Amino acid sequence: MKIRNYDKEHEKIELQMTPMIDIVFQLLVFFIMTFKIVTQEGDFNIKMPLSEPDAGAPIDTLPPLKVRLQANSTGILSGVFLNETSLGGSTAKEKFDQLHIQILDLIGGDIGPESGAEEAEVEFSCDYDLHYEYVIQAITSVSGYVGQDGSVIKLIEKIRFAAPRESGGGL
Amino acid sequence: MRINRRKSEIHEGDLTPMIDMTFQLIAFFMVLINFTDTVQDERIKLPSSKLARPPDAPWETPITLQLTKEGRVVYVGETWSIDQLKTQMINEATLLKYQKKSVSEATIIIRADATAKTGVVQKVIEICQEAQFEKFALRAKQEEVL
Repeated sequence: MKIRNYDKEHEKIELQMTPMIDIVFQLLVFFIMTFKIVTQEGDFNIKMPLSEPDAGAPIDTLPPLKVRLQANSTGILSGVFLNETSLGGSTAKEKFDQLHIQILDLIGGDIGPESGAEEAEVEFSCDYDLHYEYVIQAITSVSGYVGQDGSVIKLIEKIRFAAPRESGGGL
Repeated sequence: MRINRRKSEIHEGDLTPMIDMTFQLIAFFMVLINFTDTVQDERIKLPSSKLARPPDAPWETPITLQLTKEGRVVYVGETWSIDQLKTQMINEATLLKYQKKSVSEATIIIRADATAKTGVVQKVIEICQEAQFEKFALRAKQEEVL
């Protein structure tokens, strides 16, 4: 019997790469087309039912802390008041930092479940034309801060709004 | 003269680096893909807050209202004036009642532009309150903490 002498060392098995590359590129195109950069968003929760016309404040609850946000005619923040006391600072950031310090002073270290912070309520009274970003900054100042470990430490979460006022109005 | 007949040769490029890179790109996009159905609008530039964190669980019955800086409300893909919004909210509340869902348990998510007027935002809240909605979520984008 004749035995053929195959040169096995030079025998090369070639895989068909074309279909795989086709699919891989299709997947790549799919992911590129569906890719969208989304910034993280979060919410400030407010429970605010429509109050009854004759309903007054409950007797056994603390009166709300009143935060007044004044705006000029262009909607830029011009003044921040806490319980009718003007807060210092030349910029909006400084004013809101002051507000945060004042809120911390009022609540003290009473933070957590069944604490003073949980019972306390803030009522925002804002000018009609005030830019909404200042309201969010004010809510941020009163509702908590970021701790050293990056976690959110909550302060006052009960928030409500008084009827809007004309810009440049009084307290 | 003797002519050598050359055997036909196929020159193959080395595809390995390209395939490596392509797979890495696919892995990158797969990790970053986001299937969440977020309601967003390019016209709305949200205010930022360092306390704004994504909710732990999705809202049960979310209704998203987007408020432009011009004071128009974007709702279910259409733009409405504040006056038209009232009818829409009453319809939405009626629909929830037909679906045996509590209107007071539904959450109105307000995505208002940073430069929108606060008075208009409050007007939107008031319209929703009149339609018996009670829960509101004021949305802000997350601010980087340095």
